[in-house]
Amino acid sequence: MSKDMTIHLKYWKQSGPDVPGHFEEYTLDTVNEHMSFLEMLDVLNEELQLKGKEPVEFDYDCREGICGSCNLVINGQAHGPKAEVACCQLHMRNYKDGDKITIEPPRAAAFPIIKDLVVDRSAFDRIIEVGGYVSVKTGSAQEANALPVEKEKSDEAFEYAACIGCGACVAACPNASASLFTGAKLAHLNKFPQGEVERSNRAVAMVDQMKEEGFGDCSNFAECEAVCPKGISISAIAEMRRDYIKALVN
Amino acid sequence: MPSFIKAINSQVGRKIMTGITGIGLMLFLIGHIVGNLTIFGAPEAFNIYTKTLEDLGPLLYVIEAGLAFFFLYHTILGVSIWWNRRKARPEGYKKYQTKGGPSHQSLASKSMVYTGIIILVFLVIHIWTFKFGDTEMVKLASGEMARDLRALVIEKFTDPLYAFGYTFVLSLLILHLSHGFWSAFTSLSMKSKEASKKVQMGAYGFAIVIMLMFIFIPLYIYFTGGEGSLISY
Repeated sequence: MSKDMTIHLKYWKQSGPDVPGHFEEYTLDTVNEHMSFLEMLDVLNEELQLKGKEPVEFDYDCREGICGSCNLVINGQAHGPKAEVACCQLHMRNYKDGDKITIEPPRAAAFPIIKDLVVDRSAFDRIIEVGGYVSVKTGSAQEANALPVEKEKSDEAFEYAACIGCGACVAACPNASASLFTGAKLAHLNKFPQGEVERSNRAVAMVDQMKEEGFGDCSNFAECEAVCPKGISISAIAEMRRDYIKALVN
Repeated sequence: MPSFIKAINSQVGRKIMTGITGIGLMLFLIGHIVGNLTIFGAPEAFNIYTKTLEDLGPLLYVIEAGLAFFFLYHTILGVSIWWNRRKARPEGYKKYQTKGGPSHQSLASKSMVYTGIIILVFLVIHIWTFKFGDTEMVKLASGEMARDLRALVIEKFTDPLYAFGYTFVLSLLILHLSHGFWSAFTSLSMKSKEASKKVQMGAYGFAIVIMLMFIFIPLYIYFTGGEGSLISY
């Protein structure tokens, strides 16, 4: 039997995009160590509603660490203290009785707050829209082995394809740069023969769109790699830089 | 494809140019310290070295203009990248901490803009003091006349303000270079993890050696009055 813990929460409340927000505090006395972080927030919202208060809005979907919907900044760390773990998979056993936890939304001009801890991450969608796809003729699926892909490249592409677009990289970067996200998407597509054709245009368009969306420059802090729930390396950013340079000479 | 101007102003281009100018400035530091060490050579060695540089004439102006361009471009990029973060994150976090592991957030990386600006201000004072400082003319063994910069260096570094001021600012090089060296190669798209680790170790080594060599000169002159066994006067 696990004992219930008392957790002191301090969370960001903001009623809408253009209104100032503030912190609110609440102490939960019934936090079980087996709860996920989001289940703990469910309990918080249940208690708030029972008291006639407005619940705290936060993003989630799969709760399995694969959809990229959740992205809370917990005690100043995107997705909380565990490496390669999305906050939906973070369990309360990582905390102890009496802990104080501050929860904030990812803060970036390109991720405007919609409400409380929910931000608008459509800037990522627009980066994808300008080149994060492979143009193919529609029709029936091609024979799987028609375009052989080297094992090494395929494995590498898979590592970059693991990006779930949660935006933790932006949240944690001191400059709010989207370089890891963009680099991962570029590297993923550019590694394949199908994606190679549009490699140069893709690199230039997506890099330009990052700036257009108001993300900051990369300063090689590598904090993005540290917080990425999928452990994507900053080698993705190196790939992006290489592709951009190649685009200039092509 | 983007024009060259658009490319160097892109987020990728700005970082690559920061890296290229940074590497250029590090090469300059190596050349500078090697030249400086002639002060420990024969009594005339330092003045012969400085006269050789001055005798380059127009070529020296080209080199100086190139260096000034590298310094200014590097500074403008660094300050602008740092300044842009305010636009990219107008409201900061109440609480923020690094997650460690592969992160390169450290005192060195976080203080780049501050150490950089201090070094730039120092550079102006440094050029004012030595390039435009008053010197006597001295006759070399070859019969040629040269500025006695060696005497000026010894005069300045026997003053505690200069000796310790220089030591303080040049000590900051260890911070700026230990991140800058690694970051420059990372900006130039160094990809492999193994190479990255080696370059970071190289960065620490480079930063320590360069800093120690630079601070050795003012401290040695201050504590020996310029008359120690290493400097024959």
